[in-house]
Amino acid sequence: MSATKSHLVEQLKTGLDAPICLTWELTYACNLECVHCLSSSGRRDPRELTTDEAKAVLDELHALQVFYINIGGGEPMIRRDFFELLDYSIGRGIGVKFSTNGAFIDADKARRLAAMDYLDIQISLDGTDAVTNDAVRGDGSYDTAIRAMNHLRDAGFGEFKISVVVTRHNVDQLDEFKALADSFGAQLRITRLRPSGRGADSWHDLHPTNAQQRQIYEWLLAHGDNVLTGDSFFHLNALGEEPLPGLNMCGAGRVVCLIDPIGDVYACPFVIHDEFKAGSVRDPGGFAQVWKHSELFAELREPQSAGACASCGSYDACQGGCMAAKFFVGIPLDGPDPECVSGHGEAAMLAASATDRPRPMMDHSKPVRVALPERIPVSLGRR
Amino acid sequence: MSLLDRRLGLDAQVAVRPEPFGALAYHYGNRKLIFLKHPDVVRVVQALADHETLADTLRACDIDPSRWPSFERALASLTESEMLHERHEVAPR
Repeated sequence: MSATKSHLVEQLKTGLDAPICLTWELTYACNLECVHCLSSSGRRDPRELTTDEAKAVLDELHALQVFYINIGGGEPMIRRDFFELLDYSIGRGIGVKFSTNGAFIDADKARRLAAMDYLDIQISLDGTDAVTNDAVRGDGSYDTAIRAMNHLRDAGFGEFKISVVVTRHNVDQLDEFKALADSFGAQLRITRLRPSGRGADSWHDLHPTNAQQRQIYEWLLAHGDNVLTGDSFFHLNALGEEPLPGLNMCGAGRVVCLIDPIGDVYACPFVIHDEFKAGSVRDPGGFAQVWKHSELFAELREPQSAGACASCGSYDACQGGCMAAKFFVGIPLDGPDPECVSGHGEAAMLAASATDRPRPMMDHSKPVRVALPERIPVSLGRR
Repeated sequence: MSLLDRRLGLDAQVAVRPEPFGALAYHYGNRKLIFLKHPDVVRVVQALADHETLADTLRACDIDPSRWPSFERALASLTESEMLHERHEVAPR
């Protein structure tokens, strides 16, 4: 069985005819400003895809037989055409799972969502209490999320998902998250914190400690079959003989990709940076051309070098970890994951100078408002 | 009754997408994604509706009898995940 499985993984690494897991951030606009936001969202980008452009992308995904898409943002429900695009996608046979902070799910919207088929909803929550959650996601965001969950339950939506980014501060709450999800008849999804977007600045303070990594691994071994993780935690497989449930490989550009709000296509949702930009849905040939023929994706589908990890006995288990996590802390892509469970990441991070750390290239954070004590006279003139 | 004697068909909510290794099957109802890891499995699954039983289908697809047990296992797991179900309509002759 495991031989078949690894054979499949080898084949997946050479890429699929169309992505299995396509994330589409619909907008950079957001009512929140989470400190770990992968896309540094806040303000809408004026170049955002129009409704017609978005529908044309959905037509293409339909032709490629993409079964479902993961919609996110920003806060996707901010877009005025959100329901129009949802209807269009589902009408084209493309199921939708969307991530939201819940701010725009009132009783009416919940009923409307509950009436749709082939729709999954993921409410983001990063603490089982307001103090833990709001420290990361902003004041009032815990209450907002719980209110949305209540609306979905009352509307009879059925099994929605609660999506948690695991941090140093909420790792002890995994059992409580599971209990909370169970109490709503919801499914728990936990994902890995990455140093991407605004996470580049908050990661060093928020990412789980080495001891906590083992805690996550053990917890997933015990509960993983009933908890969604995507491909978040394969780097932890070096901790033991038993692989975690789920797809244990980096799917970037092979089975996974990201379309950002302005139509740029990246290898995965965690690498919004020119180095991992494969093209744009606005280019001639559209998304299909990018997926099938971009140079970047062709490179990612080639056998990857184990580099500095080649001599480590755990490489087959952890695959060298997450490309995005390495990139944004300045570790070479064939180096160890910054959260390498054997501790090689620490040294690699120390070896990387601050100038090796690429800055996220898209920043849609809201401008910081500085209260000025009084009007400062400004004179214009040549210096 | 052995799976070989059963009349199986793809669930109406399942889409099959060809891939280099075989195909992906996705069930829109239960959201399960299954890898059909060999092109012959894909051929058999897609031919089920044209034949009376699984055994008839395997014969029609020229699958060597020595490989039938592995096909039985593969199709049993597809039945468990509700990708395949019992056909009740009369099969075309």
